[in-house]
Amino acid sequence: MLDIENLNVWFGDGRDRVDAVKAATFSVKQGESFGLVGESGSGKSTILRAITGLAPHWSGRITVDGTDLGKRRDRAFYKKVQMVFQDPYASLHPRHSVDQVLSETLYLHGVGDIDKRVSTLLEDVGLGARFRFRYPHQLSGGQRQRVAIARALAGEPKLLLLDEPTSALDVSVQAEILNLLTDLREDRGLTYLMVSHDLPVVSHMCERLAVMKSGEIVEMMGVETLRKMTPSHPYSQSLLGASVSHKITA
Amino acid sequence: MTLLEVEDLWVKFPTRQGIFEAVRGVSFSLGKERLGIVGESGSGKSMTGRAILRLIRKPGIVEAGHITLEGTDLMQLSEKEMRKVRGQRISMVMQDPKFSLNPVMTIGAQMMEAYLLHKNTSKTQARAKSLEMLKAVSISDPERVMRAYPHEMSGGMGQRIMIAMMLIPDPQILIADEPTSALDVSVQRQVLDIMDRLVTERGMGLIFISHDLNLVAEFCDRVLIMYAGRVVEVCDADRLHEAKHPYTQGLLNSLPRIEDPRKHLVALKRDDAWAEAPSVSGVKADA
Repeated sequence: MLDIENLNVWFGDGRDRVDAVKAATFSVKQGESFGLVGESGSGKSTILRAITGLAPHWSGRITVDGTDLGKRRDRAFYKKVQMVFQDPYASLHPRHSVDQVLSETLYLHGVGDIDKRVSTLLEDVGLGARFRFRYPHQLSGGQRQRVAIARALAGEPKLLLLDEPTSALDVSVQAEILNLLTDLREDRGLTYLMVSHDLPVVSHMCERLAVMKSGEIVEMMGVETLRKMTPSHPYSQSLLGASVSHKITA
Repeated sequence: MTLLEVEDLWVKFPTRQGIFEAVRGVSFSLGKERLGIVGESGSGKSMTGRAILRLIRKPGIVEAGHITLEGTDLMQLSEKEMRKVRGQRISMVMQDPKFSLNPVMTIGAQMMEAYLLHKNTSKTQARAKSLEMLKAVSISDPERVMRAYPHEMSGGMGQRIMIAMMLIPDPQILIADEPTSALDVSVQRQVLDIMDRLVTERGMGLIFISHDLNLVAEFCDRVLIMYAGRVVEVCDADRLHEAKHPYTQGLLNSLPRIEDPRKHLVALKRDDAWAEAPSVSGVKADA
């Protein structure tokens, strides 16, 4: 579904050049859920931004569903790939109602029968019709994230890029959103590429994951390795150790 | 020994739809210990912390039987007297260092300002004290940090600087409102280690406000669990996993676990009765 080969992403140039991602190579199969973990600044979100075309400078090869990506992304690409952002408070237009957000997206994807599609989309993400004419400030964080997911699903994408989809939410709401994502993947055969710093969340959602450190992928592992806590790279071990226990040895 | 005692605390906000009660009848005591307050967003945990320092702005209303800090009732103090309590006797560390440091002042200048405001001393001494505090929070090159501006610091450094600033006047109580939720797990641990050391070495009382149950369970001594403005359960932190209240159990169950895979997570089912039941008292019996 997604193949990334020798991907480099950088910002600035000359003396100020920062290499955010260095020679990243991985692939995600159709229907699979793949996790990218690491600390802030390790370049995990930058990979997602490079795939969607939000990073200005990159080199290497990105192939989605058999098509190599160039500098520009066309409409067909955005029908196939969609992204859900971290902060549902920032990613929805404050002056657009849920209906406007979804109808506009559907219109841009060239879908017909918008009225009916909006209600099915809301149904799909577990929001009833009564949410249709609300504005973002009238929704809770979890409900907003559901709207953001509905928007991503509007063009019936195959690959969903999830950038810390639940880190701004309470644990009880996080459980609901993660369940929704699990069900959607099963129903629609979606492929997920998920970025998170929360290892338990990644272990719950993904079959395979890559650990990143300062722009480089240091290790790739299956989720069983994570569960048994037997990663081979020392950095993954320390990351795992830190997130499993905050125990203070006083 | 009890440092702080709060009895029947209410925080109310008048709105067009009537009075909104953010905190409803919370009572607890704090000794030289680490007291955790956990709950979801909107449960009133941050408001409780702010109300103790009387930081709730108008039109918000704070009502309490008493908030006693070593014999003085903070509710009776004038605004001027209250300024002597804030910072010097009770300090607060906020969630995000990016919003709590002045972006156009060097860190050194900000730290020294705080010290000079509270104590009647010379600049040289303020500088020495600031350097000492930066060292106390494990900053390796305090001289450079003193000259730097906040944007040059990482999140973890910023939060440590905040803690260092709060510690200069040597307060008896530190209120930490989500001090580590903006930080990475590995940095989170360093910051917690520092706070832990300060509590044990200086004999401070710590109120640790967080939404992270596991973190609180491992870091604190006692935990208050808040729901809809009330304390629904008080328990010893090491026995949080044996919690009785369905809300606490629900929160714990909704967390994904690395060692225990399952297809669906248990979603929390809320019961209106939780919000109605009166607050459980968090006053320690032997205090």
